[in-house]
Amino acid sequence: MSTLKLANANPGRKLFSTRFATIVVWTITFLWTVPTFGLFASSFRNKQEIFLSGWWHIFTNPHLTLSNYHAVIFGSSSSTLSDGVLPYLMNSIVITIPAVIFPVVVATMAAYCLAWVKFRGSDALFFFIFALQIVPIQMSLVPLLQLFTGGAHIGSITIIPKLGIAGHFAGIWLPHTMFALPLAIYLLHNFIASLPRDLMEAAYVDGANHFKVFRQIVLPLSVPAIAAFSIFQFLWVWNDLLVALTFASGTEEVAPINVKLASLVGQWGSGWETLTAGAFVTIAIPLIVFFSLQRFFVRGLLAGSVK
Amino acid sequence: MSISKKGLLATVGVASLSLLATFVTTVAPADAAINCNKIIGPGYAQLKGKTVTMFTSILDPELSKYQKALASFTTCTGIKVKMEGSNQFEALLPVRVKGGNAPDIAIIPQPGLLAQMVATGKAVPAPAQTLKNVNKYWSPGWKGYGSVNGKFYASPNSANMKSLVWYSPKQFAKAGYTVPTTWTGMMALADKMAAAKQTAFCGGIGSGGATGWPATDWLEEVVVRQFGGQVYADWISHKIKFSDPKILAAMKTVEGWMLNSKYVGDVKAIATTTFQAAGLGIPAGSCMMLQQASFYAAQYPAGTDVSKNGDVWAFYLPGINTSVKTPVEGGGEFFAAFSKRPEVQELQNYLSTPQWAINRIATAGSGGGWLSANSGVPLSAYKNPLDQLSAKYLADKNSTFVFDASDAMPAAVGAGTEWTQLTSWFADGKSSADVAKAIDDSWPAQ
Amino acid sequence: MNSFFSTNLPKFEQILVAIAAFFAILMVVFYLAGKANGRKQRPIAILVLLGPAMVLLTAGLIVPAIQTILFSFKDANSIKFIGLHNYTWLIQNPDMQKVFVNTLLWIIITPFVTTALGLFLAIMLDRMKRESVAKSLLFMPMAISFVGASVIWKFVYDFAVPSKPQTGLLSAIVRAFGFKPSNWILTQPLNTFLLMIIFIWVQTGFAMVILSAAIKAVPADIVEASALDGAFGWKLFRNITFPMVRSTTIVVFATMLVTSLKLFDIVRTMTGGNFGTSVISNEMYAEVFVRFDQGRGSALAVILFVFVTPILVYNIRNLRRERSIA
Repeated sequence: MSTLKLANANPGRKLFSTRFATIVVWTITFLWTVPTFGLFASSFRNKQEIFLSGWWHIFTNPHLTLSNYHAVIFGSSSSTLSDGVLPYLMNSIVITIPAVIFPVVVATMAAYCLAWVKFRGSDALFFFIFALQIVPIQMSLVPLLQLFTGGAHIGSITIIPKLGIAGHFAGIWLPHTMFALPLAIYLLHNFIASLPRDLMEAAYVDGANHFKVFRQIVLPLSVPAIAAFSIFQFLWVWNDLLVALTFASGTEEVAPINVKLASLVGQWGSGWETLTAGAFVTIAIPLIVFFSLQRFFVRGLLAGSVK
Repeated sequence: MSISKKGLLATVGVASLSLLATFVTTVAPADAAINCNKIIGPGYAQLKGKTVTMFTSILDPELSKYQKALASFTTCTGIKVKMEGSNQFEALLPVRVKGGNAPDIAIIPQPGLLAQMVATGKAVPAPAQTLKNVNKYWSPGWKGYGSVNGKFYASPNSANMKSLVWYSPKQFAKAGYTVPTTWTGMMALADKMAAAKQTAFCGGIGSGGATGWPATDWLEEVVVRQFGGQVYADWISHKIKFSDPKILAAMKTVEGWMLNSKYVGDVKAIATTTFQAAGLGIPAGSCMMLQQASFYAAQYPAGTDVSKNGDVWAFYLPGINTSVKTPVEGGGEFFAAFSKRPEVQELQNYLSTPQWAINRIATAGSGGGWLSANSGVPLSAYKNPLDQLSAKYLADKNSTFVFDASDAMPAAVGAGTEWTQLTSWFADGKSSADVAKAIDDSWPAQ
Repeated sequence: MNSFFSTNLPKFEQILVAIAAFFAILMVVFYLAGKANGRKQRPIAILVLLGPAMVLLTAGLIVPAIQTILFSFKDANSIKFIGLHNYTWLIQNPDMQKVFVNTLLWIIITPFVTTALGLFLAIMLDRMKRESVAKSLLFMPMAISFVGASVIWKFVYDFAVPSKPQTGLLSAIVRAFGFKPSNWILTQPLNTFLLMIIFIWVQTGFAMVILSAAIKAVPADIVEASALDGAFGWKLFRNITFPMVRSTTIVVFATMLVTSLKLFDIVRTMTGGNFGTSVISNEMYAEVFVRFDQGRGSALAVILFVFVTPILVYNIRNLRRERSIA
């Protein structure tokens, strides 16, 4: 609460919140929302109407139907989804939570090491990791799948035994963790490197080792950055199709919800109108995550620690 | 996280017990009545507890019909079949096969992709009984599309009939039009429609990353109609190039048909209209005819009367050159196996029999939508009139049947430059000579 | 419903076990490694902190990257070495020049616009009334799966010939103002810019959220002190806020640049790379997954590596300069 009060007392506040700025910001926000609203409106119209008239006719000629939502949640009439999309929604959650936690922790450790435990070549390594962002994950699919199904060998010597995790949740968590690391390390390094030097040095002088500094100073102070990255990692994993389809399968046991939704369009794409409702069924949980993580973007975590 | 692990496990235990109970009560009585010899045919091994995985581009609701149709096979042999459908099938199958995670059986729609899979060394040739069935029930042409370098790998699954023109019988009746039976008759009808300020032909070749494929069908239909099956086959193998005068002549015919603004209105708009949306205006008469395959029926919303005198129906795309007997173009899928396990081979054998096709057609019901080119299937097995119409042409021994050429050409052309160049033909007004040259230049060197 | 619980509860058990095991191992390793002292302490700390990331990066990205470079010198099925043939094909192919130009346009325009707009919004929204409502709406495009977004933008850019009803918003607006709508997606070079708008629409939320977090991290007392010193508005931004978020801005810009280089799903779903809109990553995807030419696809991926070099150099120079200031 005290930080809130501080913010309100801040004289800088009025200066940017002029009427003009408010109008500009809300105009942009409006423009940003219109296309999404079009999809939302379309999700309540049947296929014939979507095809025959623009979605804005919903205001003058509302013929609302829940049939698209029905198709998404319970499956189309002839298919045999006993529990509807619920098992797939569960799978999405089961896939996403570890696939966010693992890379965030591993990347925070690496970022701290690269920023504060300097060694010969640590900068070069950092830039190399940054550059790895450009490796298209499409190119990693086959080698990684080979590793999971066959292990790694040099000649006849086995370096890594076959992991046998393709088709299991672990087989989806691991690739997501790998692919997230370059960006996670890059973003978190930027933040962790800018932590006040005095704070760290004081801790080292007090005899704290790197692990203690990491746990007691770096982690708590990096919460906003970790929260920001977690939101995006959550979204990427949540909306991912490629990794899930490659390393899992489209079966009810492991497939996430978008694999299911993508298949609702039908073999000849005749059910594409269900995508309108599908987009809003899947967006709910990411928005909850966004709201709940947003409160970690608090002001003043560092206040007082800087001279 | 307030649930203790103990409590969690207890819930799970109770739940699975009750699941077991329902399973026993509902399934047991149904089995007893099945006469396996009659339903799936004789000679299958009992392999209880074995499972075969299948990967396919077929999606629900069609996919669940496959599972329903395979239920009797599971009851009779004990072999379970686990199917997975994905609209990313073409991209995923090579990744999974190369990555060592191949399905037992893949249902492959393109002979070109089948050849790719054989090239990985992971595909397994068809077992002897499957080969015997295919020799008996399919034409050499179909067997050929399931073979690579003379070796037979994959028996055909379903077939679709591409040589159809969708139209509205009600609109035709209103305007006093009759269904044409010759190419010139069709063009004369289109002239009449143009004179009445109607859009004679609908068209749309948009399909995301596969934009252009309907245009390849149009060209293929004309090539086989003007020059027959042999030229068509030589065209697939590139003995006849795209820049050959014959193919250029066929392109000229297409230019007078689907690239003719008199008939289609805005030619360029065809490039941005999705193939799904192309013919939706037919019942209302906003355009009159659409050349599209039998599966297009699925695009019409529920409640559309698809029948001989209804909102929409289809007629056979007429021939051009009378010396080419009943040209028919079709597509289909093939069962390629990646395992030699006995349960996989038993299933392959079953999938090549007429019994399988008849069981599969039965699950489609009156809605239909599933055709087989298996000659052991009587026409009377089809309950849907459109399927009967299509099956009649597919089963016709005297017809000139050709498989979708772009699916049989190398992927660099059939899923590459042919799509993009024909799209450019429509969108940018690129000349047919330039289009042909660009495609020929991209043909992979052997 | 019973079957639902029996199949899904074990899944959550898997999560709990996996996460618990993950942290338990970390704690044990931290504890043991913390025991080390003297000269061993630093190397052990480096090994423990950086080791997991390096193992995962090696398996997931470094090995595949090396393999990709090798494949780029091989034929379509990665069997025969064919030297530089894939590269010469890429350079000689007339359609490829257009692809390179489009890619350049994308990486010049989109990172700049998304970063600038994200920064602008982050600053304007900071402490504004109903900040979280506006932020959520701006962020929404990021949360919508791309499959959904492609349908959204179809409803914007769709074009129907004048005799038919318009379902595209852009066409309807243009018509409402009395002009003739054109077939947007077909109109070159406008269509490339229309596709960029989709990217900007999706990614601005990312830039805004990251920059907003950075702005919030600027200590309030600094802002207050300078405000008391008479720094207002633009001046406050230029002299105080921007220098404090400068490094984050560069990070966001670099991330946007890499994202726009790798982007292909917008182009794929909207045009399939037709009508002169294709970019390198789309061609790469099509070569590998549609035309099954691993060699050419890999060569295109290697060219993407090359494109990222300038931004890498810029980042290095920037970091060096910051170090010299600090």
